[in-house]
Amino acid sequence: MNSGNRPLSPHLQVYRWQWTMLLSILHRATGIALAVGALMMVCWLLAVASGPEDFAAVQGFLASWIGRLLLFGWTWSLLYHLANGVRHLFWDTGLGLELPAARGSGYAVAIVSAVATIAVWIAAYMAAGVLR
Amino acid sequence: MSLRTPLGRVRGLGSAKEGTHHWWMQRVTAVALVPLSVWFIVSLIRLSGADHAAAAAWLASPVTAVLMLLTVVGVFHHLQLGLQVVIEDYIHNEAMKVACVLGVKLASFALAISAGFAVLKVAF
Repeated sequence: MNSGNRPLSPHLQVYRWQWTMLLSILHRATGIALAVGALMMVCWLLAVASGPEDFAAVQGFLASWIGRLLLFGWTWSLLYHLANGVRHLFWDTGLGLELPAARGSGYAVAIVSAVATIAVWIAAYMAAGVLR
Repeated sequence: MSLRTPLGRVRGLGSAKEGTHHWWMQRVTAVALVPLSVWFIVSLIRLSGADHAAAAAWLASPVTAVLMLLTVVGVFHHLQLGLQVVIEDYIHNEAMKVACVLGVKLASFALAISAGFAVLKVAF
């Protein structure tokens, strides 16, 4: 069978942009970001295992502005991927697939992940004694 | 209309001969990672600002070590399944695609073992 040069689906450029589409793409994007974050998790665990000097080096990088920016990004990525992942698990059981429900759960995921990210960072700064 | 018999369709399991295994393992690891991610985030909040002694003491406790090992296995199993789909969707050159999928699988395996070794070294 010659499949030749037939157009491939999906044709992103012919669709009107909509909310649920953005959330779907973000699920994949945050998944890729979290794969990079998993590398950091491995580095951190190895640093704990190898001793105070290596640990201080890794913590020093994470405490720098770029380290904090990465951690903030990974925090939101994890919370978004987690919340949207649960949304996917409900879909897998056949629940919430109607348009209004899918749109509503999409809004919920966006709000929950944003609020939870801020809450995690406030809690972390409080635990570190920076905020009280 | 398909001319295949129901038995033939079931036996075939698709071109990769694995049926829904990839999809199913992604769901199994996803379900496992829901509580583990929440535990991981809460742990990191409590550890913020901790020095090496505090971090090592946390990781050395049996409950932490086991949960961390479960997290590592869940994360890397889920991660390599997800990245495999991303690669298969966007890389169309067959040799490049196979090389990337292979790279992701081998790297995930090596990283998961490294992380697991680190946890066990601190715990024992």
